[in-house]
Amino acid sequence: MSLSNRYEFVFLFDVTDGNPNGDPDVGNAPRIDPETGHGLVTDVCLKRKVRDYVTLLKGDEPPYSIYVKQKEVLNQLNELAYKAFDIKPEKKKLPKNVDEAKRLTQWMCQNFYDIRTFGQVMTTEVNCGEVYGPVQMKFSRSIDPITDIEHTITRMAVTNEKDMEKGQTMGRKHTIPYALYRCHGYVVASNAEKSGFDESDLELFFTALENLFEHDRSATRGEMSVCGLYVFKHSSPLGNAPAKKLFNTIQVKPVAQDTFPRQFNDYQVTVDQSAVPEGVELIIRYEEA
Amino acid sequence: MTFCIEVSGEFACFTRPEMRVERVSYDVITPSAARNIYQAILWKPQMAWHIDRIEVLNPIRWMSIRRNEVGSVVSAENVRRAMRRGQGRLQMFVEDERQQRSSLVLRDVSYRIHAHFSLTEKAGSTDNAEKYLGMFLRRARKGQVFKQPYLGCREFAADIELIEPGHELSSSIDETRDLGWMFYDFDYSANPPSPRFFNARMEGGVINIPMAESDEVQG
Repeated sequence: MSLSNRYEFVFLFDVTDGNPNGDPDVGNAPRIDPETGHGLVTDVCLKRKVRDYVTLLKGDEPPYSIYVKQKEVLNQLNELAYKAFDIKPEKKKLPKNVDEAKRLTQWMCQNFYDIRTFGQVMTTEVNCGEVYGPVQMKFSRSIDPITDIEHTITRMAVTNEKDMEKGQTMGRKHTIPYALYRCHGYVVASNAEKSGFDESDLELFFTALENLFEHDRSATRGEMSVCGLYVFKHSSPLGNAPAKKLFNTIQVKPVAQDTFPRQFNDYQVTVDQSAVPEGVELIIRYEEA
Repeated sequence: MTFCIEVSGEFACFTRPEMRVERVSYDVITPSAARNIYQAILWKPQMAWHIDRIEVLNPIRWMSIRRNEVGSVVSAENVRRAMRRGQGRLQMFVEDERQQRSSLVLRDVSYRIHAHFSLTEKAGSTDNAEKYLGMFLRRARKGQVFKQPYLGCREFAADIELIEPGHELSSSIDETRDLGWMFYDFDYSANPPSPRFFNARMEGGVINIPMAESDEVQG
């Protein structure tokens, strides 16, 4: 059980004529850093996709059930069968009992993949009700500033009878012509031990990242794909080098200065293997040619 | 001995307790968040970290982020029932629990945090300050962490660097500001832990942090 190595990862993905993550503050336009114009994708946006992928692959069965669900997934399942737990919960309703709280938390971790991975606030009234998951992700940021294009679209139908004469309604959608995003993530071995996240869970997580957009197609997203997944494996659970140093070994730069990038080939990813410190192994899980 | 680390990150949110639904960050890192960064490198029950001084290295700048969040926690009773019966419905549907919340966060932050530790009453005969001092320095020099340190929220991971004594330091921002009453830390000896506050003042980019026992820190 649990992990004996610390990990960091760099995850690259791109979008073509789509909106990777809408901002509810500005009418669902792509998230943008107002000062630099770079595009942003929140950590929770990618975590949602990991959850959805795991459900698709593992069918929402323990130990891969997903706690935080989307309704669409709901229709596929009714009642989950839980495996019997060897310790019987106490009859007394004493939620302050620390042992019981631990058992509840442990049991949830065993059954639910997303709780094991990302953590969850379990209860308010018990002490041990919080799980810190080992996987931590930062906001993703585009390599270059993005251009958000707002399109007005029409629908040849109306919703209400009173609009019948109009014959059509107008709508809006936002797209980015092209953007390459970079995400940094951490896998904290000490948290893995507590939540029971093990090597096979980690493998599943990386598999989910590799396939993150293959099953997340929609009218909004346009064409999104994974461009790279670089995993740094430390030889010790505490780690062997600062995360920043590792992230810096992977540089992403536009090939030409004065053109507008419109495809992944307009960028060059350089991996400086020689700068990877001793005790750290760089595993290239996925790299777009 | 005092230690000094430099922490930096793209974003940070040290949420004000009075504005935690639509999160608004304090202007600077709180002593509590700073302590957690030290603890992410090394902590044992035998030791306690104390933050002495915080130097603010980057101008205080803001950004607003609105996200879809979830407004509920797992119910212990439902889990208990499902465990007992061996079946049940245990999940949360994000659409039903959705809350759109905005956060006013800090951006491009960088702090130099000075701290020291003391031994607690849990320290046994084999524990001494030298041992932990060595452990801390070894870990911090190698970039080893027990947990990934973060700036207020876990999605805002922090980069940390140990500043060795005698190292030439960049200057802090030239700004004097009364930061008002600010969260200091929890007093964990109380049950439940009780929050403590202090009147924070930044003088030329430097905030001196009072000791937890001093009169300046109030509950």
